[in-house]
Amino acid sequence: MAIHPPVTRIWWREPVAKMEIFWIAIAFAWGLVMFSTMVAWHIWGEQNLANEAYRVNPEAYVARVEAMADKYKVREEGDSGVPVVHPPPGSDVYLLARLWQWWPVLELEKGKSYRLHLSSADWQHGFSLVPTNINIQVHPGYEMVVTMRPSESGTFGIICNEFCGIGHHTMAGKIHVVDR
Amino acid sequence: MEAIAQSPARAVKAPVFRICSITGLRVEANAEMLIRANAVVAVIFLAIGGLFGLSVALTRWPAVHLLPAEWFYIALTAHGADVLLFWILFFEVAVLYFASSTLLNSRLAAPRIAWVGFALMVVGALMANVAVLQGESTVMFTSYPPMQAKPHFYLGLVLFAVGALIACMIFFATLVIAKEEKTYEGSIPLVTFGALTAAIIAVFTIASGAIILIPTFLWSVGLISTIDPLTYKLVWWAMGHSSQQINVSVHVAVWYAIVAMVLGAKPLSEKVSRMAFLMYILFLQLASAHHMLVEPGISSEWKIFNTSYALYLAVLGSLIHGMTVPGAIEAAQRKKGFSRGIFEWLRKAPWGNPAFAGMFLSLVMFGFIGGISGVVLGTEQLNILMHNTIYVPGHFHGTVVAGTTLAFMAVTYLLVPLYFKREIILPGLARWQPYLFGFGVAGISLFMMGAGTLGVPRRHWDITFSDAQMVYSFSPAAFLMMTLNGIAAVIASLGGIAYVVIVVGSILFGKRIPDGKERAPFEAPPVGNAVGQYGNAGTFHLPGTLVLVGVFFLSFVLYYYVNWKYLAQVWPLK
Ligand code: HEM
Ligand SMILES: [Cu+2]
Ligand SMILES: [Cu+2]
Repeated sequence: MAIHPPVTRIWWREPVAKMEIFWIAIAFAWGLVMFSTMVAWHIWGEQNLANEAYRVNPEAYVARVEAMADKYKVREEGDSGVPVVHPPPGSDVYLLARLWQWWPVLELEKGKSYRLHLSSADWQHGFSLVPTNINIQVHPGYEMVVTMRPSESGTFGIICNEFCGIGHHTMAGKIHVVDR
Repeated sequence: MEAIAQSPARAVKAPVFRICSITGLRVEANAEMLIRANAVVAVIFLAIGGLFGLSVALTRWPAVHLLPAEWFYIALTAHGADVLLFWILFFEVAVLYFASSTLLNSRLAAPRIAWVGFALMVVGALMANVAVLQGESTVMFTSYPPMQAKPHFYLGLVLFAVGALIACMIFFATLVIAKEEKTYEGSIPLVTFGALTAAIIAVFTIASGAIILIPTFLWSVGLISTIDPLTYKLVWWAMGHSSQQINVSVHVAVWYAIVAMVLGAKPLSEKVSRMAFLMYILFLQLASAHHMLVEPGISSEWKIFNTSYALYLAVLGSLIHGMTVPGAIEAAQRKKGFSRGIFEWLRKAPWGNPAFAGMFLSLVMFGFIGGISGVVLGTEQLNILMHNTIYVPGHFHGTVVAGTTLAFMAVTYLLVPLYFKREIILPGLARWQPYLFGFGVAGISLFMMGAGTLGVPRRHWDITFSDAQMVYSFSPAAFLMMTLNGIAAVIASLGGIAYVVIVVGSILFGKRIPDGKERAPFEAPPVGNAVGQYGNAGTFHLPGTLVLVGVFFLSFVLYYYVNWKYLAQVWPLK
């Protein structure tokens, strides 16, 4: 039994049953299939995270986000006073995570690509675009650049899904995707 | 006169053994006391941590929304630490001592030092709890910087880890003593081998923990100015993930122990099962990679290599146990004559014995719920869909609660008679306990996973965003999932309370088991090798197990590709 020493002393020479070998072979092959699927998706799939990232000073990053917001502001969101920014397609778009806000609100055009920059001014936050389900970790001191192409129009929420203190559940932002 | 001349260290008393009347195992006095102490403290932390879990789940049930925000986050931090770290590790220390001292028929090495380890673990666990409940260390058990807890939070964790490391050393030393004193013949039993795997991984794990928690502690007292959040995560998860591999090794060892003690089942092949354990050691070092799949500045090559080399070969280990454990049960049952059709062996299994029922539910749920979802989550691109949503706690309640915790509960029904010499009280309730807890936890896991696929975030007090500047409205389906999760949590908690009541009640009031007579109210475990040798090729035929693993495999493949299909609908990213 499993709670006793093996019956055959030289257990490592004991022959293995066909069924076990069969299952091990299938399981191993499945591991290879899963490995290949990830690689294949990099070649043929459309949803892959970029490896582009930079170290950045949080203050410098905040300054860049503000500069972009000043340049491309089109209006304010509701009565919140948060600017809505409509950057030109293909451009670099900066989004700031901070306690407890995603700033500013972005207005993007459907079917156009944008280089979205993500970083935090303070703690870690979790970029979670809903209901699309794109989730990316946001760190202070690191700036990640993802090229994103909104494929449907409408208003999408950005919520925070990395615990960031007592206001975590109030941290929400928006992306409007408009047809052009 | 001679005794006076001896130094105190040499005046060790000869080990004292007694014989368990039910199993025939020889129990050494020091090991017995340490196992009792660790198991009791474990159950206390499960009770405390479980109640925190219930309060968290009731808060996330939208219509109930039990706790205010501040207390929700405190309770969640305490829940994670108390159950994931303290309950599991205290129990694992008990299992290590069982697998070394009792199974090898040996005295336990250095019992005084073992008590020091135990004391450190208790002090550390209490210190961390105090820190959390004081309210200024609400950082979740992962404590990602730059968010900072009070120094005694980190210090508590470090002390706890040192205590656990001492316990591992005692385990290794006991193996050495047993070998030297020839207390057993041939190789160590498979269960001890599994425990050895766990202890080896634990050393690696605790080293990673020290590498990251000690600087973090120094940072919290102001001696270090910053901790890089990305490096922290990488090293923290070298501890955090590897410790899950400890849990898996121990609970698989516990599965083997239960099927041996309850059914007299032998492993199909010692070689295959041991190889599978070895894979856990060989292929886990960088498994922290799958916690880093959507972090900035990490290359896809690194992610793919480390998740698949490290993960799929470790997964392969689990897939092997997933066949050999039911296979061992089937073989044992067929030997006993339950050999009609494909599934008579399963139908006629001792479902009324909570040790067996808990073990089997743990096996099935760990595989189907925890295992499959874990591989999906750990796939580089699929992680984008689910990272940090409540799908993640859904997944690990499938592994560490339905898997590990349920297996530990199941084996308790065998350990209480063995070490406390008491019968299990309330056998009627005990019969139902694994089902209540198991199905409750399956519910928690599945409903959290369901809510996660709808985007519901983890660790979140209010998905209605009632105090937020900007609002996002989740679909009614998401609210329904969180409600069902609350209901399942109540069921699981009833199962958890039943467990605590039965265990504590049995220890205090259970009928004493006199040496050499009486037994627990479950089926008599066979003494000695009730089952002959069938470890060899060609001597067994296990159609039932083949069907089970076939169903499992198909579900796995289907679910895996369904998620790729979801991913294909998401906005293009590069
Ligand atoms: C009655 C039993 C239990 C219930 C009702 C329960 C419920 C929950 C819920 C609702 C969450 C919160 C999800 C969130 O908001 O992010 C959670 C988190 C968690 N649970 Fe449990 N749980 C139970 C038992 C356990 C056990 C036994 C373990 C470990 C062995 C465990 C480990 C965890 C961990 C590690 C977390 C994550 C904490 C964090 O995000 O920091 N739970 N649980
Ligand atoms: Cu946040
Ligand atoms: Cu947050």
